[in-house]
Amino acid sequence: MPKKYNIPIKNVPPRNFPVGKFSTIEFREDCAGSCRNCVKKKCIYNIFDENYSHMRSMKAPEYIYQCYSCFRCVQECTKGIFSRVINPEYSSLGDELWTPQVITITWRQAHTGAIPVSGAGYRGPFTGEGFDGIWTDMSEIVRPTRDGIHGREYINTSIEVSRRPQGLKFNKDMSLDGDLPPIVEIPLPILFKQPDHGVLTDDVICSMASAANQLGTMMIIDPDVITQAVSPYLKSLVPRLTRENHRNYQTLIQDVPMVELSYEKGIEKEFAELRKINPELCICVSIPLEANAVAIASEMAAFEVDTLHFYGTDQGKEKVTDNPRFLKDVIQDIHLELVDKALRQKVNLVFSGGIALSEHVTKSVICGADGVVIGRSLLIAMECRLCYRCNKDIACPAKLEEVDPDFGSARIINLMAAWRNQMLEMMGAMGIKEVRRLRGEMGRSMWFEDLEKEIFGSIFKQ
Amino acid sequence: MRILRKRFLVQFLNSKSSITEYSMKNKGDLFKFPEASTMPSRFRNTIGKYIIRRSANCTSCGTCAEICPSGVHPKLKDYSRSVKPIEHKCIGFKCQETDHYCIDACPQKALTLRENPLLTTMGDFRWPAEMMLAHFAMAETGEKPKVDLEYNLGCSGGGFDKIRLKNSKLNNTPYDDTVEIDTSISLNKSEDERPQITIPMPGYSGGMSYGSIALAIMVGRARAAKRLNTLTCTGEGGYPDELHPYRDHVITQVATGLFGVTEESIKRSPIIEFKYAQGAKPGLGGHLLGSKVTAEVAAIRETVIGRPLFSPFPFHSVYSVEDHKKHVDWVKEINPNALISVKVSTPTDVDMVAVGAYYAGAHIIHIDGSYGGTGAAPDIAKKNIAMPIEYAIPKVHDFLKSEGVRDKVCLIASGGIRNAMDVIKAIALGADGVVIGTAELIALECVRCTNCESGRGCARGIATTDKELNKVITEKFVEQRIVNMYLAWRQQWCEILQQLGMKSIRELVGRTDLLVHLDYLDQAERSLYQPAPKSSMVL
Repeated sequence: MPKKYNIPIKNVPPRNFPVGKFSTIEFREDCAGSCRNCVKKKCIYNIFDENYSHMRSMKAPEYIYQCYSCFRCVQECTKGIFSRVINPEYSSLGDELWTPQVITITWRQAHTGAIPVSGAGYRGPFTGEGFDGIWTDMSEIVRPTRDGIHGREYINTSIEVSRRPQGLKFNKDMSLDGDLPPIVEIPLPILFKQPDHGVLTDDVICSMASAANQLGTMMIIDPDVITQAVSPYLKSLVPRLTRENHRNYQTLIQDVPMVELSYEKGIEKEFAELRKINPELCICVSIPLEANAVAIASEMAAFEVDTLHFYGTDQGKEKVTDNPRFLKDVIQDIHLELVDKALRQKVNLVFSGGIALSEHVTKSVICGADGVVIGRSLLIAMECRLCYRCNKDIACPAKLEEVDPDFGSARIINLMAAWRNQMLEMMGAMGIKEVRRLRGEMGRSMWFEDLEKEIFGSIFKQ
Repeated sequence: MRILRKRFLVQFLNSKSSITEYSMKNKGDLFKFPEASTMPSRFRNTIGKYIIRRSANCTSCGTCAEICPSGVHPKLKDYSRSVKPIEHKCIGFKCQETDHYCIDACPQKALTLRENPLLTTMGDFRWPAEMMLAHFAMAETGEKPKVDLEYNLGCSGGGFDKIRLKNSKLNNTPYDDTVEIDTSISLNKSEDERPQITIPMPGYSGGMSYGSIALAIMVGRARAAKRLNTLTCTGEGGYPDELHPYRDHVITQVATGLFGVTEESIKRSPIIEFKYAQGAKPGLGGHLLGSKVTAEVAAIRETVIGRPLFSPFPFHSVYSVEDHKKHVDWVKEINPNALISVKVSTPTDVDMVAVGAYYAGAHIIHIDGSYGGTGAAPDIAKKNIAMPIEYAIPKVHDFLKSEGVRDKVCLIASGGIRNAMDVIKAIALGADGVVIGTAELIALECVRCTNCESGRGCARGIATTDKELNKVITEKFVEQRIVNMYLAWRQQWCEILQQLGMKSIRELVGRTDLLVHLDYLDQAERSLYQPAPKSSMVL
C-alpha cells in the first residue's frame, strides 16, 4: 500500500495583529477609577492584559482582536461603562464572496492548521448563491460512512493531472504498441496559481512555490518570476506560456512536469513540439469561463491535452457581462458535456476563481471538477487583507513584502492541512473513500432548488 | 424496612412531584402546569433593546420611579438617590403615546432614550439579537415579552423564516384563557405492551452530555423537566448520580461512543434514545476536548483525565437496518418498560432511514436537522452537511404516511427550532413534537458567542466544567428560567391554537394547508404577511 498522505502542521502565529471583529468601548468618564472589582482583571480570556501594555507604552491602541464577545465585562462592570461595536475595519474587509468571516477564518487556519470549530448551531443564512445553495449528503444506518478524520480509515485525496489513454493497443507478440503517457499524480485536488494581484515579491512567490513543493502539488506561475530563489522548486512549477513565447523557455520546459498554455484557436498544434523537448511533459490549457467555454472544452478534450484549466472571476462567476452564472453551474455543464461526448475520462478539469473555503473544493468536485486552482487564499494565508492598496502603490498594511519564505510556506501548508481535513470530514460523512470517486457524484448532494421543488413545491404551490 | 416503606408512602402522598410522575405514565390530564415566578438575570447590567441614560441634572425627585409601570426606574428603600435604570424592561418609544413617558415627565429633562447600539454586535441570521432578548424576557417572567421584540422570525431568509400561518385560517378573536387547550402529545403510538407516556407539551429537552455542559445545567434541566412533567436527555456522556431523583424524566442516550452507558442507566430510564447522528455534525462523531475531561467526567465516561474523547461515526456494529434492530432488541430486553427513540440526521434518504428505524421497533423517530446547536462542531459540518429540518419533516411525514405507519410512530423534529412559532410550523409540517436544546440555553442567558469549546469553556458558565466558571450558575436558576420559558411558549401555542379553532395540538399535525411560504405567493398576497425581518448582519 502506498504511504498514507498526511500534512504536518505547526503553530505559526501572525506577524501583525489580525483585524478583530469586536472592539470594546469604555466610557471612561463614568469609571470610578480605583474599583477593586474591575472586570478587566476578571476576563476569562485575559484579553485586557495586552490592552494594558499598549496603554503603558503609549502606543496607538490596537483593536482588541481576541475579544470573544462573551459580554461578561459589558454586563458585570459595576458602573456599566463598557459597550461594544463591530470593528469598522473588520466590516470593511474583503467583498461579497471573500467576506470578513472568510478572511479571518483563513487567517486562523493558517495560524493553527486546525479546522474551524465552534459551538452553538449554524449562524448563517438559510441558503445562498453559488456553492452555498448545495448541502452535501451523509450516510446513516443504511449506508456505510468512512471514519476519515481520526485516521481510522484512509481517505485518498489524490488526483491525476495527466491524461489517460482511451484504450491500449498491442503488437502481435502482445507487447504494448506505442508509449503510454506519463502518470502525474498530486496528493490534493488543489493546485496553486500565482495570484492576479497583490504584493508579489520574490519571497512571496517563493513561499507559495515552497509550500507547493512540500505539499506535493503544483503551482502555476509566470515564467518571468521564476528566479534563482524559486529554482529549487522547479519540479512543482507549471509555467504559464503562450503560443508566441514558449520557444523562449525551452530549457525551462525540460525541467518542469507540466506547462500551461493559454487557449487560442489551433493551440493543439504546439503540443508535439513541446513534447519533443520533454516527452514526460503534461500540458494544461487555460480557458476563460466565457460563453463558449463548453464548446472549447469538448473541442480541446479531443486532442492530446492532459488538463483543462477554466478560470472565472474572483467572485466565482463566469467571465461574461450579462447574467454570469456561478462556478457550480458551469462546472456541471462542462462536465456533463464531456461525459456525453465520452471524453470525460480522458482529460482532467480544474477550475479557478472564487474558491475561498474548503467546502468549495469538495462541492466543485461533486459538480464534476477533478480539482481546483487557488491563488488568493495563498495571499490571505500570509495575512493579506484584500485591501488592494498594493494596486495603488500604497504600502501593504500586512507588510507582505517582508514575508519570510519559511513563515509563508508554513502558513500555506497549515491552511491546506485544515482544508484537507475538512474535505475528509465531508467525504467521510458521505461515505466516500476517494476524491476521484466523488467527481460528478451529484447524487451525494442536495441542491436548494431541487429540495424546494420536491418538498415545498408540492406543499405551497397553488 | 416497614418504616422506610411508610415514609415513602407519606412522601408519595404529600409530594406533588410524585403525582406528576404518576400522571406522566397514564393520565396526562391530571397534570397542572406550574406557576411562573420571576427569575431575574444573573448579571448586573442587563441588555435591553433600548438604553436610558440619566444625566447629572437628575435631582433624584423620584418622578420617573413613580410613573413607570414597567419598573424601569427602581426606587430603593433607605436610599434617596436614583439608581441605574433596568433598561431591558423599557418598552421604548411606543411609551410616548402613554401618559407615563419618563423622558417627557422628568422635570429636569435628565433622561434620554435611544435604541441600544449593542444589539448590532449580538446575534446572527438564525438567532437575531431581538429573538435572544425576547427569550431572556420570557425566561425571566414566564410571559410573552412586553417590549416590542421580534421573536417569531429570524433573518435567515428561508425555511421557517419564510413560512407563515395562513391569514384566512386565523379567526382574530381575542385570546380566552378560560378555554382549555390541550398541548400534550403521546410518545408511544404503537399498540405494544409498553407504557403510554404522555407529556403535557409538544416537546422535550435535547441531549447535552455531562462534560460538555455544567452539572448545574444538567440537574436544573432535569428539575425543570420534572416540574413540567416532560423529559430531558443525558446526552452521550453518561448518567451522573445527581440525576437519580429525576429518573422518570431523564432519557438515556446510547450514542456511538457508548460513554457511560451501563445496564443500570438503561434500566432506570423511561426512554432510551439511540443517537445515530447529530444534526450539527451529521456523519461525524462527537468530540469532547481534553481540557473538559476533568476527573469527574473521566470517571463517569470511564476514560483518562485530560485526554480528548472522540465518538466514532457510525456505531461500528450497525451497518444496516438489521444491525440496528439487533441494538433495539438488546435494549428492549434489558428494560422491558422503556420506549425506544432513534435519533437520526437528515440525509437525502432520511425517509428510508425513518421507516427502517420504525420497522426495527422504534416508538419515536427523532430527526435532527442540519442547523441544530452543539457544544463544538466543525463549521463546515454545521453549514454544509445534511438538509435543514424544514425539508426533512414533510419528507419523512409523507413517506411514513404512504407506508401506512404514520399513526404508529411518534415523529419528533429538532435542529434549528428556535421559538414557539417554529414549533407550531414544525408540527404543521408533519412532526408530532419537537426537541429543544439551544433555546433552553438562550433562556439561561447564552449569547451565542460560539466559544463553548475554547479555553476554559463557556464564559457564562453554561458549557463548561471549569470549577470557577461553574459558580456563576445555580440549579434553581436553571430550573426556573426553563420552566418560565416553556410557560411563555405554551401561552403562545394556546393563543395560536385558539385562533386556528383547535382544541388540541394533535389536530395540527401535518396541516400544511394552514401554512404559506412567502416565495410561493404573488406580490399582492405577499404584502398581506409580515415580511422577513431584514438585517445587515456581520458574521
